[in-house]
Amino acid sequence: MIRILHQIFRTGIVTEPLPAVIEEEIIVIGAKLEEAIKRRFRGSLTIREVDAGSCNGCELEIHAINNPIYNCERFGIHFTASPRFADMLLVTGPVSRNMEIALRRTYNATPPPKLVVAVGDCGCNGGIFGESYASLGGIDKVIPVDVYIPGCPPTPTALLKGILRAVDRNP
Amino acid sequence: MLKEAIDNVLGTAAAYTERQFPQSVVSCTVPRERFVDAAKAMKKAYALLAAEWASDETPFGGGFAVYACYRWGSEYLIVRTEVPVDDPTFPSLTKKYVPAYRFERQIHSLMGLVPAGHPDLRPWIKFEDWPQEAYPLRKTFDASKPMLRVNGEYQWARAEGEGVYEIPVGPVHAGIIEPGHFRFQAVGEMIVNLEERLGYVHKGIEKRFESFSWQDGVRLAGRVSGDTTVAHSIAYSMAVEAIAQCDIPERAHWLRALFLERERIANHLGDIGAICNDAAFAFMLYQMMRLKEMLLRTNLKLFGHRFIMDRVIPGGVTADIDENGKKEILKELNLLSKEFERLVNIYDENSSLEDRVRDAGILIPERARELCTVGIVARASGLNLDCRLQNPFPPYDRFEVNVPVLISGDVHARVWARVEEIRESIRIIRFILENIPDGSLSVNIAKPSPDTSGFAAVEGWRGEIIYWVQAGPRGEINRCMVRDPSSVNWLGLEQAIPNNIVPDFPLCNKSFNQSYSGHDL
Repeated sequence: MIRILHQIFRTGIVTEPLPAVIEEEIIVIGAKLEEAIKRRFRGSLTIREVDAGSCNGCELEIHAINNPIYNCERFGIHFTASPRFADMLLVTGPVSRNMEIALRRTYNATPPPKLVVAVGDCGCNGGIFGESYASLGGIDKVIPVDVYIPGCPPTPTALLKGILRAVDRNP
Repeated sequence: MLKEAIDNVLGTAAAYTERQFPQSVVSCTVPRERFVDAAKAMKKAYALLAAEWASDETPFGGGFAVYACYRWGSEYLIVRTEVPVDDPTFPSLTKKYVPAYRFERQIHSLMGLVPAGHPDLRPWIKFEDWPQEAYPLRKTFDASKPMLRVNGEYQWARAEGEGVYEIPVGPVHAGIIEPGHFRFQAVGEMIVNLEERLGYVHKGIEKRFESFSWQDGVRLAGRVSGDTTVAHSIAYSMAVEAIAQCDIPERAHWLRALFLERERIANHLGDIGAICNDAAFAFMLYQMMRLKEMLLRTNLKLFGHRFIMDRVIPGGVTADIDENGKKEILKELNLLSKEFERLVNIYDENSSLEDRVRDAGILIPERARELCTVGIVARASGLNLDCRLQNPFPPYDRFEVNVPVLISGDVHARVWARVEEIRESIRIIRFILENIPDGSLSVNIAKPSPDTSGFAAVEGWRGEIIYWVQAGPRGEINRCMVRDPSSVNWLGLEQAIPNNIVPDFPLCNKSFNQSYSGHDL
């Protein structure tokens, strides 16, 4: 136990402001985000992640925004296990034919305002998998999308910026 | 040795080909009725089944062909048999080799060839709402059009009796993970049976390869399973280089190994953290994620991508490292190993964690062998299998690789295999940085000649990845077979779960951490 405590204190708080290049931008958007989440979601934005057919690259980066460096909880963002509690669906794609029904059901189970964010090049337009017998293409082929975050996969910073965009853009 | 075993049983009935590259991978064609005899001979020679797949060879004027690839020690041997279009059946190998069970269901579902004698011909990857006659891997199938949905129902395995109840889970899971369906039959807390149903993320990858050029295909290979992007790109590129009979610069080999080992460390760190988190030890998750993030950032800075995606191409690599980069990695490794060892100590001394990870999700060595598992899963269950060791692709043939093998086959063994591999990968990276030769990064690749095939096996962080590519009559991609380690290891999970309690499933599942996308393709 003493070692655990030692390690915790030795590590300290590693959460850092996002990379220097966009730091200023993030300070602005981060403040806006916190404000918007406070205004629209009483300080707590709940996200349900849905993999509708991705290669799992995007999932790695969505994990990363939960790591102690990016620590998205500080903005009031929380990932939930059930769409029934979710304000936002963060959907990676392309939508495979075999996931189409599950994605629709998840969408239907989500209460309003059900913001939908399409993640990654494949989520935006099908990416390298395109449209075929097995892939329906981008997320908007199946459910309405509010915001697109391109990238293969999008970096954690791009993800946070996209989430901010989705929250900020709606009244 | 495998070749002799085939010769002893089949004699002149086995016709060897010179059109399979590299030629160290022996390939022979046997008559359809002798396909099982070949499998028997392989079984007798202790070989494991590495993969089984089918190819539509009608563009060459023939019919279909079924291939089975066996492995023992450093040898790979491919047995091929021809299947005529008007009688699309072949003898099933399932009774000889258990993993053929899923390979053959897949061949049946996607290529429409019937494995005669197979005990369970429910569709696999193909869902019940696909049109019956849709066989996407056939050349006559138009892959560009969406398919209609038809009515149909999947027949689940049932368990009956007093107190037996069923828990369906998925396809959308609670965490940030890929989709798949698990169905448990349980009595109280105890699981009596687990049935997996995968295929939700089937994106038609194997078919899509056929519409790509050899050069562009590597981008698709890099997205078969995002967390294994480096290993898949290397395996695909090596198969293409084999079929094009092209040698790549020495420096490119070493850089590939550098990328591969960095991918291994990053994923193992994430896995160890996530496994501990599933035993409610969140501390370890955040510590490990911190270290992983450090590696990813260095990747971005030095190689231009956090997961080093698209940096390996047929013919070489597109990212280099200079002296400053070397220094940066060495500095990072020193910090990493110091921090990592401290965390390993904490893991090792935590008795409440030990309570959860020991004796949970045991895959006994006999079963691991029977199921022909590979990679971490195999090495945690006593199988000393690692292509870096037995089938060393360059540069692994230039230095020693130590591979941890444990026999307890439980969650702890799979954690510990990862711990030891991280240590070894750190050592390998240091060696690479010290000894990497100078030279160019890539060469041009010639177009493969028609009707040849290429094979490559690469040890990714999950285990052995196999690519088999075949050139069509115009030298284009006629077939690209992908065998991710997940294709076989998912069977291992199914067998490791019964007799565990339901709440331990996430923990056991995470310790396997197989790819859904790599399996479903």
